[in-house]
Amino acid sequence: MKSLRSPLGRVGGLGSAKSGVHHWWLQRLTSIALVPLTIWFTVSILSLPSLDHVTVMAWVAQSWTALLLIVLVLVATYHSQLGIQVVVEDYIHSGMKTLTLVIVTFVHALLAVAGVFAILKVAFGGAS
Amino acid sequence: MTRYTLFTSIFNRLTGVALSVGLIALVYWLMAVAGGRQSYERAYAILSSGLLKVVYAGLLVAFCYHLVAGIRHLIWDTGRGLERTQSKRSAGVVIAVSVVLVVLLGYWAFLAGGHAQ
Repeated sequence: MKSLRSPLGRVGGLGSAKSGVHHWWLQRLTSIALVPLTIWFTVSILSLPSLDHVTVMAWVAQSWTALLLIVLVLVATYHSQLGIQVVVEDYIHSGMKTLTLVIVTFVHALLAVAGVFAILKVAFGGAS
Repeated sequence: MTRYTLFTSIFNRLTGVALSVGLIALVYWLMAVAGGRQSYERAYAILSSGLLKVVYAGLLVAFCYHLVAGIRHLIWDTGRGLERTQSKRSAGVVIAVSVVLVVLLGYWAFLAGGHAQ
């Protein structure tokens, strides 16, 4: 016995994680959703008469705006997470890979929660 | 020669990463809106600084290209347009359409009364 690792433990996890299709499919679903969502967001922002606090608050507080913004933030962060994950997996091969993926996932989760929190706070009148 | 494929593919990744950074700016902006008038004015002063206008121009290019190139990928996923001649032509279409989008949105945002003047 040269190692504490069993032969089974050594080969475990070397094959497919069987989640590739799921990842691919979610990347597609989110990209389809982002086509109208990002166009809506860009046109809306550019159409606002100004970007001062009162104007932006009034815009975000509208029910449909808040709802679409929440969907945009959630779908965009998910799409970003899936994309950055692939980039990390393709270009980082050292032991830093797992650590980088952990950080990337945490940052995306934080972005999603912060974005939704901010929108809800404005929509429910908590920011003035 | 498949150099155009190399370019369109790597540029799709680069613009995607750039847009992820843009997402951080979006959430920072939303948090500033939620933080009240003073917090918004502080963030607005940072976000509207001259240097960041270059960043917004870059994000605009990234958005237009990633959007159009992404649609090309979705069409590929249906099994269409994968022949060599077709993909070469669609690479040209992607670049042309994104340039038009950049000019239109850039004109709106930076010149015609947009917020990035």
